[in-house]
Amino acid sequence: MDLLNHLAVGFGVALTPTNVLYALVGSLVGTLIGVLPGIGPVATIAMLLPTTYALSPVSALVMLAAIYYGAQYGGSTTSILLNMPGETSSAVTCLDGYQMARKGQAGAALSISALGSFFAGTVATILVATVAVPLSELALKFGPSEYFSLMVLGLIGAVVLASGSLVKAIAMVVTGLLLGIVGTDVNSGTQRFAFGVPELSDGIGVVSVAMGLFGFAEIIANLETTEVRELVTSKVKGFWLTKEQIRAAWPAVLRGTGLGSVLGILPGGGAMLSSFASYSIEKKLSKDPSQFGKGAIQGVAGPESANNAGAQTSFIPLLTLGIPENAVMAMMVGAMTIHNIQPGPQVMSSNPALFWGLIASMWVGNLMLVILNLPLIGMWIKLLTVPYRVLYPAILLFCAIGVYTISNASFDVSQTAFFGLVGIVFLKLGCEPAPLLLGFVLGPMMEENLRRALLLSRGDPTIFLTRPISAGMLIAAVLLILLIALPNIRKRREEAFAEEAG
Amino acid sequence: MEKIRNPKDFWAGILFICLGIAAIVLGSAYTLGTAARMGPGYFPRILGILLIALGSIVALNGLRTDGPRIPRFHWKPTFIVLGTVVIFGNVVTYLGLALSTVFLIVGASSASHEFRWKESVVIGVLLAALAVGVFIVGLHLQLPIWPVFITAG
Repeated sequence: MDLLNHLAVGFGVALTPTNVLYALVGSLVGTLIGVLPGIGPVATIAMLLPTTYALSPVSALVMLAAIYYGAQYGGSTTSILLNMPGETSSAVTCLDGYQMARKGQAGAALSISALGSFFAGTVATILVATVAVPLSELALKFGPSEYFSLMVLGLIGAVVLASGSLVKAIAMVVTGLLLGIVGTDVNSGTQRFAFGVPELSDGIGVVSVAMGLFGFAEIIANLETTEVRELVTSKVKGFWLTKEQIRAAWPAVLRGTGLGSVLGILPGGGAMLSSFASYSIEKKLSKDPSQFGKGAIQGVAGPESANNAGAQTSFIPLLTLGIPENAVMAMMVGAMTIHNIQPGPQVMSSNPALFWGLIASMWVGNLMLVILNLPLIGMWIKLLTVPYRVLYPAILLFCAIGVYTISNASFDVSQTAFFGLVGIVFLKLGCEPAPLLLGFVLGPMMEENLRRALLLSRGDPTIFLTRPISAGMLIAAVLLILLIALPNIRKRREEAFAEEAG
Repeated sequence: MEKIRNPKDFWAGILFICLGIAAIVLGSAYTLGTAARMGPGYFPRILGILLIALGSIVALNGLRTDGPRIPRFHWKPTFIVLGTVVIFGNVVTYLGLALSTVFLIVGASSASHEFRWKESVVIGVLLAALAVGVFIVGLHLQLPIWPVFITAG
């Protein structure tokens, strides 16, 4: 069987001591930032990206990927114990997880979320491995017009599923595309929007943009509010689940896994959307919905499985098509580019060890997380007692050193601070930074494919509509926009997001 | 002129329009080319036009619908945090990692409501030791530990 051969190659790579070590480091760092509020996976990956220069590309990607799914485990811990989501994707876990903890079932809640996550991670790993081959083969047949349309669809899909104003989000994508073309034009050698600054001739670094928008802006926003943090549960025991709990939880785990796997693949999907969707489905399917919000184990098991499944299957579009669907995946594109790997369908054939190794490492990382997470919970809780006034200057320091080391340039540090300021302005104006980052990463690729497609068609723009796959994707993109623009669906979408916020 | 009913959207729209205009004006120096043979100015021009169009929709929306006010800008923490980072990045090669780190930690800490002098100095010194250990000793980063004017002299 091909699948088994591929996985054998993958585990051969993932189980080398070095890669196990980096998966462990990534998982632990991920859990740590998942536990800590105020710093998310995007900023963390940006912070650690420069330190991966010295590593092999496989080890670097293994570690960075582990940060993302590790954050899902860590985020649930604080949701359950402190009623405080460390990550947005764990926000719904607060509802029932914290109630379980108050009833003295903190151990059970943590166990089911870890086991559910592990189960979801296993299924998602197999799913990634299964669909990767056919999807990549399909993508290899794509010409420039298909690729351009695919990127349009991907970007539109990503903003449709994001909360907030659709037009604003599309405008942020376009702003990102513009930022992405700063630097030397590959075809003509012209310096674009570089203002004679030599550092800008290579373009703006993805680390600067991400760290500024997601790291610095977030820290400054946090400083504006005075935090209140209470440590509720100090001792956690009773990790074993009762028979009734298992009986109640396993269908939720299965549903959450399925839902998360599907939503993770969609553009704009990923961990957060999956967990919210799973919670509302569990509540609707429940025989006794009134139990939700009062410590229903399904309300923990479903979303926690879903967010982990979604986190992992969101790698599928990245690995097979080269299209990032959320901000974390945009950072992975940045990481691959730094290591001279052009993301896309060719990675699987040109670099099978990296491709299958990364996939297999996800399962290895999940296994380590489930084993390590429960015993380490005491340590994570201790870390939470470190006040934010101590934490944020340290985060700033590591960001500043990290961004400096990319090319030993003071300019990069100032540039990052500039994007921090930009991030604050966007935050105040209600513009989400994630679409900008996606556009930024896709900018050069999009221009290149547009250029090639129109060169082939001798300037005829109808090429995008006469080639069936390309036309199909553009129609899908238009349909998505129309769906949102139609009044009654818009209303329902707003209600859904209001529910999430509440 | 109508009253601005949704300031967040209105000003966001204006910002996008300005960015779009800037893209077109600054990009007018680059060869436009034709659709079949795009010059470096072609794609930025498309994006600029798109951005102006989208910005106009957002801004008009800001006039027609009601929305929340723009939250107050807290300039002090913003500039303290970003300022110390910029200074850190620009002096670290002269001042060395150790002192720059102490500066960054104490400086950035002062942006908090709960700033404590002594505590931040102690943390600064500890983190300076950690940073030197990790980045210079461990990762062999090309940075001086101490100010160059002392070690060189």
